[in-house]
Amino acid sequence: MNAQAESYVTDDGRTIGPTVMEMKNITLRFGGVKAITDISFDIREGEIRAIIGPNGAGKSSMLNVISGFYVPQEGEVWYKGKKRPPMKPYQVAQQGIARTFQNIALFEGMTVLDNVMTGRIRQMQSGLFSQALWKGKAEKEEVANREQVEKIIDFLEIQHIRKTPVGRLPYGLKKRVELARALAAEPSILLLDEPMAGMNVEEKEDMSRFILDVNDEFGTTIALIEHDMGVVMDLSDRVVVMDYGKKIGDGTPDEVRNNQDVIDAYLGVAHD
Amino acid sequence: MAQSSQATGGLESIPALLQRNATLYANKDAYREKEFGIWQRWTWADTEKEIEALALGLINLGVSEGDFVAIIGRNRPYFYWSMVAIQSVGAVPVPVYQDSAAEEMEYILSHCGAQYAIVEDQEQVDKVIDIQEHLHQFKHMIYIDQRGLRKYDHHALHRFVDIQEQGRAAYYEWIDDLKARREKLNYDSTCVMLYTSGTTGKPKGVVLSNRNVIESAKNSSDFDNLNAGDEILAYLPMAWVGDFIFSVGQAYWTGFCVNCPESADTMMTDLREIGPTYYFAPPRVFETQLTSVMIRMEDAGKFKRKMFHHYMAHAKKVGGDILDGKPVGFMDRLKYKIGDFLVYGPLKDTLGFGRVRVGYTAGEAIGPEIFEFYRSLGINLKQLYGQTEATVFITVQPDGEVRADTVGVPAPDVEIKIADNGEIFYRSPGVFVEYYNNPESTASTKDAEGWVATGDAGFFEEKSGHLRIIDRAKDVGKMADGSMFAPKYVENKLKFYPDILEAVLFGNGKDRCVAFINIDLSAVGNWAERNNIAYASYQELAGHPKVLESIQEHVEAVNKSVAEDPMLAGCQIHRFLVLHKELDADDGEMTRTRKVRRVIVAEKFKDLIDALYDGSTTISTTTEVTYEDGRKGSISATLELRDAKVVPVASKVAAE
Repeated sequence: MNAQAESYVTDDGRTIGPTVMEMKNITLRFGGVKAITDISFDIREGEIRAIIGPNGAGKSSMLNVISGFYVPQEGEVWYKGKKRPPMKPYQVAQQGIARTFQNIALFEGMTVLDNVMTGRIRQMQSGLFSQALWKGKAEKEEVANREQVEKIIDFLEIQHIRKTPVGRLPYGLKKRVELARALAAEPSILLLDEPMAGMNVEEKEDMSRFILDVNDEFGTTIALIEHDMGVVMDLSDRVVVMDYGKKIGDGTPDEVRNNQDVIDAYLGVAHD
Repeated sequence: MAQSSQATGGLESIPALLQRNATLYANKDAYREKEFGIWQRWTWADTEKEIEALALGLINLGVSEGDFVAIIGRNRPYFYWSMVAIQSVGAVPVPVYQDSAAEEMEYILSHCGAQYAIVEDQEQVDKVIDIQEHLHQFKHMIYIDQRGLRKYDHHALHRFVDIQEQGRAAYYEWIDDLKARREKLNYDSTCVMLYTSGTTGKPKGVVLSNRNVIESAKNSSDFDNLNAGDEILAYLPMAWVGDFIFSVGQAYWTGFCVNCPESADTMMTDLREIGPTYYFAPPRVFETQLTSVMIRMEDAGKFKRKMFHHYMAHAKKVGGDILDGKPVGFMDRLKYKIGDFLVYGPLKDTLGFGRVRVGYTAGEAIGPEIFEFYRSLGINLKQLYGQTEATVFITVQPDGEVRADTVGVPAPDVEIKIADNGEIFYRSPGVFVEYYNNPESTASTKDAEGWVATGDAGFFEEKSGHLRIIDRAKDVGKMADGSMFAPKYVENKLKFYPDILEAVLFGNGKDRCVAFINIDLSAVGNWAERNNIAYASYQELAGHPKVLESIQEHVEAVNKSVAEDPMLAGCQIHRFLVLHKELDADDGEMTRTRKVRRVIVAEKFKDLIDALYDGSTTISTTTEVTYEDGRKGSISATLELRDAKVVPVASKVAAE
């Protein structure tokens, strides 16, 4: 598979750029278990790319490969035209990849504001000493970062819980706070692990709108894993379908919807 | 009418007042809005520049004199500027409730023939685009928040800041036009058009002139000594006359500062940060606050709780009298001072009422206990009685003469008379010009001499000269035996219980009364949590036997109190049920200002009313509901109908 260079404009007027990240023949094993078998696909700049599949298909493992948490035994990850060496997750984050987690990983005892501020860690340069004394550079940095964070708080409409400890928030809002924290890092690629899991219809609609708006306003490339087929088909530009660790489909939502392998995997023969 | 512009120093329009304020109070804050976590501010001089740029931009866009321009959004400085900019170019601002459904909005925009709209965000833009094909005259839309709108077709869609920018760029082209248009404005030109929510039928466009607005603002500001140093928080719907008078009329007349909250959900925090000196809220807001205070006190530590209750009891005893300047013993005063230091002060501060000099409530009757609670804390909360058609003020309570069950004496320059059937009529400089495009309604509401029918029944108390309102005149009916049926009177008594949110009484022309009740989910939900009662939905909680039992106790207590008034003793509730859904404006059961639409509720739940009268003990029913986005669904439930004890009516007993 060759990296695509030419940009194009979607029906709704967004510009999709060239390939920014490419997975080449990824295989991931845990001991004898093959979680991912020989999967290749690419993510283009500015698009919303979904990875879907039934339970245990290897979606989260795939996301963990992208985020650098797992290092695949075989295959290569290419990012911005360069092959990415095995990295620690924080190094991946420094490259501009931010993520949210399936089962929320926020600091429960800290306020929403503080949680989102932690997303700015990459933008903070001042040393330990300066931060402890709260003088000069540290103070200026904090003000600048707070401004950025406030924009995100405004964007995601969580002003009313700014000072609320995260532990007291309902699930749907926690998910939104997690998204805020990921956005605070100003990522070039945003990875969302089941952003709508466990949400009711209204919360799903809100979250979908936020995802679309993030993509639209900031031009952020988004890769997301999702269970809910309806949501995925409405949101994404292209979809990768996985089943039992293998890729069984790749294309626009319409192409995927009509793919026989995909239909079999989802409607199944064994399931009702 | 005798008022001349001399009384207002030749200032005959809101734009003229703006010019005055920009000189007189140039460096004083006129608007603040919390945005990005910080209170952004604009002085009167800044405000004048912003409004001028927008006005020039509007002329540049083609807005002509006499055009109607809709304003759809929550309280933000941009919309207040829009109002005045629209007036400056000789057009008429028409604020619309931002949560109106598309068809309500369509009715209003087509009724006034609005050619332009200034809206808040994507949600409102989408709504107007949806109805645009039915609005043949519609030309341009201006929006404030551009999020999600980047990719929209911008031929007839403009950013607010771009319009201002275009206005600034075209300064020399249009400034003479703008000045000429502004100078043409006088006391008789239209200031604003406000659509009344209409408990019955379609909304009507109430046309208010500059005379109406400025005279009312002047009189009411004098009455309460409002001045440029005051602060208000603008959070009530902009389409409501009260907000227009407070945040535009009085603000421009006195030059005080209008603060806009960050979002609807942050209102309470913002209130506390600003600490307004002049505050207005419908009874519901005070109720909700009191409920949350009580709930939080229940969760507080034992010592704090004891202290709270101890000092609140003392405040109840003497707080109101101290506020009214009545004689109170030294020891009681001393104890009140200590209480103020320990409890009242911190509590007022938490509620955001630390600096309130004048507070008003109106729109509905307020529960006496709620009213007393706030007054005993030392908050000068008063009631007023008003209407859109009167530019708000009909009666107000003067300081020191405040009571829960009356609405005060006639406001300055207002004359009141009571018709034979009890209906209240008034005449004042605030009386509206007309209902737009509706001469029949205008004629039936306002007579040749300028008297306006309120539609409310009431009487003046002989001793105090204060007005008391009984009910809507048309809702007051007769029971089968000829005794008076005043549903609101009974409903209000029920609603004073914190766990009852809404009640609807039926019985006009029948031999006995029955009632629907909505429980208050936050109050009852808290009670359920405390008592380990699990519930999944409003419906489930509303049907819980223990809830029904406690509601029954309330109903019976209300019956007892209703029976004490021989005139209204027939209105006791014989049977009741707790509704399986909350009455909602989206379903048309309430107006946007949350007044029950009696007729619609009666039609929609006819099966339930019949069941209440035929004596059955349960009924299954299915009800259509509308979600916020306009989709429909339905809920079904089996409801329990209960009998309530009634007190035998005295006159009947005597007759037997």
